[in-house]
Amino acid sequence: MKKLNLKFLTGFIILLTITTSCSDDFVNVDPNSENSEDYFNSEADYQNALIGAYDLLQSTYVNVLLGEIASDNTLCGGENANDVIGFQEIDDMIHTPTNSNLRDLWGWMFAGVNRANYIMEFKDKTDFTGKEQVLAQARFLRAYYYFELVKWFGDVPLVVDKRLLFGDQFTVDRTPKAEVYAQIELDLIYAADNLPYMQAESGRITKGAAQALLGKAYLYQNKFDEAATVLENLILNGPYDLATTPSDIFELVDENNIESVFEVQYSEVEGAGFGCLQCSEGNVAVGFSGVRNYVGPTFSSGFSFNVPVQEVVDAFEPGDLRKDVAILDINAWATSTGATFGTGFEHTGYFNRKYLPRVRSANASGDRNLTNPNNYRAIRFADVLLMAAEAFNRSATANDTKAQTYLNRVRRRGFGDTMHDISLTGSALTDAIYHERRVELVGEGHRFFDLVRTGRAAQEINGFVSGKHELFPIPAIEIQLAGNRWAQNPNY
Amino acid sequence: MRGLILSILFMLSSFFAYGQNMTVKGVVKDSKTGETLPGVNVIVKNSSRGDVTDFDGNYTIANVPKGAILVFSYLGYITKEVTVDNTTINVALDESAEKLDEVVVIGYGTQRKKEITGAVSVVSSQTIEDLKPTRIEQALQGQVAGVSITSTSGAPGAASNIRIRGISTNGNNNPLILLDGNVIEDLSVVNPSDIESINVLKDATAGIYGVRGANGVILITTKSGRKNTDYKIVFNSYVGFQETTRKIPLLNATEYAMLANEAFAANGQPLPFTNVTSLGQGTNWQDEVFETAPVSSADVTINKGTEKSTFSFGASFLTQDGIVGGDKANFNRRNIKFNFSTDILDNLKLTTSTIYTNTNSKGIIQNAIGSVLYNALNMPATTPVRDASGNFSTPPSIGVGIEVANPLAQVNDAHNRTWVNKFAGSYGLNYEYSEFLSAEARIQFNYATVQGNTFTPFIDYGAGNVFNNNNPSFNAFKDVYKDYTFDAFVKYERTFNDVHQVKALLGTSVFRSQGIRKENLSSINVSGTDLNSSGLNAAIIDNLALSNAPRQFFDSRLLSYFTRLQYSYDGKYLFSAVVRRDGSSNFGPKNKFGYFPTASLGWVVSNEDFLKDSNIINFMKVRASYGIIGNDRIPSFKFVSLVSGEGTYVFNDQLSYGTALGAISNPEIKWEKQKPLDIGLDIGLFDKVDITVDYFNKKTEDLLVDPQVSGILGSSAPGSGLPTINAGTVQNKGIEFSISYRDDIGEDFNFNVNYNFTTLENEVLFVGSDSGFLAGGSFGVGQEPPSRMEAGFPIGYFYGYRTNGIFQNQAEVDAHATQTNAAPGDLRFVDVNGDGVVDLNDKTYIGDPIADVTMGLNLSFNYKNFDFNMYAFASIGNEIVRNYERNQPLTNRPTYYLSRWTGEGTSNTFPRVTTGATGNTLFSDFYVEDGSFVRLQSVQLGYTLNEDKTQKVGFDKVRFYLSASNLFTLTKYQGYDPTTSNGAPIGGGIDLGFYPNPKTFLLGLNVNF
Repeated sequence: MKKLNLKFLTGFIILLTITTSCSDDFVNVDPNSENSEDYFNSEADYQNALIGAYDLLQSTYVNVLLGEIASDNTLCGGENANDVIGFQEIDDMIHTPTNSNLRDLWGWMFAGVNRANYIMEFKDKTDFTGKEQVLAQARFLRAYYYFELVKWFGDVPLVVDKRLLFGDQFTVDRTPKAEVYAQIELDLIYAADNLPYMQAESGRITKGAAQALLGKAYLYQNKFDEAATVLENLILNGPYDLATTPSDIFELVDENNIESVFEVQYSEVEGAGFGCLQCSEGNVAVGFSGVRNYVGPTFSSGFSFNVPVQEVVDAFEPGDLRKDVAILDINAWATSTGATFGTGFEHTGYFNRKYLPRVRSANASGDRNLTNPNNYRAIRFADVLLMAAEAFNRSATANDTKAQTYLNRVRRRGFGDTMHDISLTGSALTDAIYHERRVELVGEGHRFFDLVRTGRAAQEINGFVSGKHELFPIPAIEIQLAGNRWAQNPNY
Repeated sequence: MRGLILSILFMLSSFFAYGQNMTVKGVVKDSKTGETLPGVNVIVKNSSRGDVTDFDGNYTIANVPKGAILVFSYLGYITKEVTVDNTTINVALDESAEKLDEVVVIGYGTQRKKEITGAVSVVSSQTIEDLKPTRIEQALQGQVAGVSITSTSGAPGAASNIRIRGISTNGNNNPLILLDGNVIEDLSVVNPSDIESINVLKDATAGIYGVRGANGVILITTKSGRKNTDYKIVFNSYVGFQETTRKIPLLNATEYAMLANEAFAANGQPLPFTNVTSLGQGTNWQDEVFETAPVSSADVTINKGTEKSTFSFGASFLTQDGIVGGDKANFNRRNIKFNFSTDILDNLKLTTSTIYTNTNSKGIIQNAIGSVLYNALNMPATTPVRDASGNFSTPPSIGVGIEVANPLAQVNDAHNRTWVNKFAGSYGLNYEYSEFLSAEARIQFNYATVQGNTFTPFIDYGAGNVFNNNNPSFNAFKDVYKDYTFDAFVKYERTFNDVHQVKALLGTSVFRSQGIRKENLSSINVSGTDLNSSGLNAAIIDNLALSNAPRQFFDSRLLSYFTRLQYSYDGKYLFSAVVRRDGSSNFGPKNKFGYFPTASLGWVVSNEDFLKDSNIINFMKVRASYGIIGNDRIPSFKFVSLVSGEGTYVFNDQLSYGTALGAISNPEIKWEKQKPLDIGLDIGLFDKVDITVDYFNKKTEDLLVDPQVSGILGSSAPGSGLPTINAGTVQNKGIEFSISYRDDIGEDFNFNVNYNFTTLENEVLFVGSDSGFLAGGSFGVGQEPPSRMEAGFPIGYFYGYRTNGIFQNQAEVDAHATQTNAAPGDLRFVDVNGDGVVDLNDKTYIGDPIADVTMGLNLSFNYKNFDFNMYAFASIGNEIVRNYERNQPLTNRPTYYLSRWTGEGTSNTFPRVTTGATGNTLFSDFYVEDGSFVRLQSVQLGYTLNEDKTQKVGFDKVRFYLSASNLFTLTKYQGYDPTTSNGAPIGGGIDLGFYPNPKTFLLGLNVNF
């Protein structure tokens, strides 16, 4: 028995020796990536995180597409009445709180906010020269994403300079719109103060972009004097000008042209799939807007969403050079070029030519419908001029002369002459500016929000109910997932 | 060393030798056949002395005291004890008619089946030989109660979904599979001929595997040699062909054109076909796509055993073409196995097993919108295969959807190859300190290199087609998967006072698994027309679009300690308890370690006096088990927030790669806990009938779900993701029943029948929150996910509109709740919530993919030289979603459209056709079908040549057989194959034109010499 015990003991000792070489630390594995709490140790970390914050700009394709579909400019289209039900509903002014596309927009914009806030949370961790510029870009991006959120949903949870962590969703409340705007203004003023007009890299946020967005944010709050000031400052001091003719703006060769105050950058070299549309480096809205089964010159095919209606085509005055830039009459085009095409749901015969898929380069990756490289001209100088015109015209101390000047600068380029100048004043001038915004900016996602902020949506959009449709409903599941504490937007 | 020990033993034995001793000799034979038995253990009882019979069954033991007892034991035979009264003792052993003496692997050890207290099922090598599966899963399908097998596809080499007792988690439901103790994920690398047995642990018994055992455990043992045997060579081979089991009846060109005209007319559009009479039958795309495909296999096994050592060497080759794609879907496998074990000392044994496998597979696009079979169903019958100039034709440029393409062109353009080289090893040392105490240490490893090449040529399947490719491209990747498991344990086994049998086990296990992407190369604008001519030559490498440095994509580890205590009193009362402590790298510091206790009880009623001599009940055991088992199979590092997201933007027209936050982290996550209850009864009657009944109720708690979270957390950012939280409960309960009956009728005829069924009731009790649900799967194009996991329903149930016939006229439309786009001839959706409007809120339960009952029947008999085996299995009560119709104005359709609604009273089942806006294509129970089926899976007839004749020419056995598998399926399901499913817990059972399991005919040969 003694012998047995001895053997048992030796055996057990061997066993222990083997296993203690694997202590509990064995199951502590270092992850491949850095812990987010231990990041921001160098300028490169800040610069890289900043690229991450820019990334969500590309997901604003859905804001543009849905903003246009919601307006009276286009119909939803697509393959059939059930193709992307969320898009169809918004076109029909049935904004259900279960609309998954609205939820995408909500989630993507907050993802952008969170990424910008991640940088701001650690803004004091490591110092380096030029950090202000990094922070200025991050704050612009936060303002950009929040501006989209207030446009779409009104009061939204405002979180400043910290990430939202799992669990925080049960404590944050919807912040009144005015407070969100106040933060947007602060961020944009900081960005305008700390950024140059010219950046070495195209696609970088500039002082001009910050000023333009600030002016736009003022305009959305009817702060006409502030808007007029900052927009005029930009017009006078910025490096921007109108492109010579309307046809020099939207082609691929014209990206980041002199008229582009802020342009969301896209590329076609990386592949994309439907599983993660927000991951695409391409402009998804472009493929969705393309002509179905198109074979022919200049363009390539797409999913036939977002088709302009006859009314918007007719809104162009005779002689307006912008009509053929904005609208593709597919039947006329097919007749003159021999192109062939298919028809989708709600086919009108017109397509949004500004953002149609162009013929692709050899570098185009698939799914090509999702990787179109067309940059989105988010804020054009023409828009700045029209916003300035509106601000001067609608100010309590109106300056219609300046308003006319800026309006006519846009019209002269649009018609290629001075014969179409406008000399109206007062509310007639206001209407002329509104009209000009529609035809100048058709297909660029601004129309719906222009109608709402100027109180004209109910008269222009079929099915628009005043007091309800000014805002989109907060996705019901988002209210639920935040602990059922938020009130839904009125009348949903 | 060995000599020393032997001489010590000799001295010891001579020391004890006293009195009237003698040398005993004899021959051991099989009582029935009279064949001599080599390798029988002959031991003098209560001593360590003995012998093992030689090739001719002879043994010799010197110095045996008169009156001593010799114990003759041999696997598969009843142990016999003989008192020594003579110098020659010849013994005839009876084959154990009872399978109960079978030794069953139960994890870190074996146990006699009689004494097992858990629900363990065994598939023997005989069953595997009878079934001739090309894959191991087929040997489990319908054979084992409680185990359900569906295939992800009928394509060669495709994986199967193995589910033990239902779907117990929303995550990974695969059981833990151990091949000779070695973790394997992919069963396709194993040659079924190498398998000795497969044991399935279905209840709390799996708790010995702790955090990995929640989905059950499958233990596979490979064949090894037997001691003291001469060379045994076994050669098996078969050749055969496969064909599809079904073609879905589709409209011919004339019917198709008339229907299309009707649909266009219904929407007031001009007719697409003005002259339908000339169209005739048109193209039958399924006839073009399906082909008869060859399959063949050959394997050889060589076994030999000496007094101290055994070895087994095996080599095999299998090649199988696809019934769709033919050679373009080929799968082939080469496999070499070498098992060697030796007694280094009398009490020190070395066991080794080494397996090398090489597989090569090619594939065509399958089970997706736009896959080859999907397109064979949707291509217009009016389109010819090739156009006038001999090129593959394209579908009409409009009206078919942008995914529909010429399926033959797709097959022609498929150029891909994936090849796997895998080494697997298992090496163990067992040391016996004494007859009571032993220790064992083993190391097991897998090292697999997975490589793949894909060449995408220039493709033009018609305007805007999603598959179109302007830039021929070449992609290559190389991944390495490696893991090791180290186990060490001591065992103590002793019987006290003849009745108290105690077994104790104490051990540790270390597991590490890694995946590394070595290469990932892609280049576009390559030249060449196929894989061979498009390789990455120097010029192309200069043009590489993407090249990644080696990157590890996972490293998961487990550190475990376990102990098991088993006690049995007089073979009547059995008790077993297990505790395992596991540390898993998948959980954070707060929850890294967990304890998993399980216990089981058994009562062998037939050993009680009142049943001991029963002629009716010769065995009866009642058993029960309960415990907690874990599941840690979630992605790594969900407990910590990492900078692992995707942050890519474009500056200066170039992609700039930044960083971003990864998935939302949850530091609190811990393993899923499964609490399985099992109550079982085993009965043996008349020595001929075995019955096993089990009631099981297993509840999985703390399910690891990725629930929807508030969007303000940023989880939808590129490269981010949902957090994993413990929030869900699923219950699976049911009854398993199996019965087998075997008998001999006369000398020449014996037969064996096995039947089993399993009932299963699956219910989700809780997900995320009280009103929470998870959605998954896809239906049609752009529609809401059709499958849900939600409290009160089976996991992955189908969520859509319930229909209630067809609107016969406008009055019915008007009388019904407001339904968008409704017109006479359309499906009438039920206004479930009664609010007068049919909308998303009216979606409801319309079926689920989980079968209520599954069953299997196996029948075999031998008559003289003939042997016959057949087996069938069935599934009742599961639904399948028919999702292979593209529903476009000019796509082809199944023939059921011939009985569509064409006017009042014409149909109350099949809606009208129209190209206009209609809700008929929305996900409703119109697309949900009963997927119940009975399948005759295998029929085999064999003939063995007379032994006396074959032995003259040196063969022990020569057998020929004819085998047919998947001969027919009785089902109402209209699609190809009700047995296929993608296996997703949420989103399974949705058929996009599943590649059907082929019907296979084989001619085979088995030779032993």
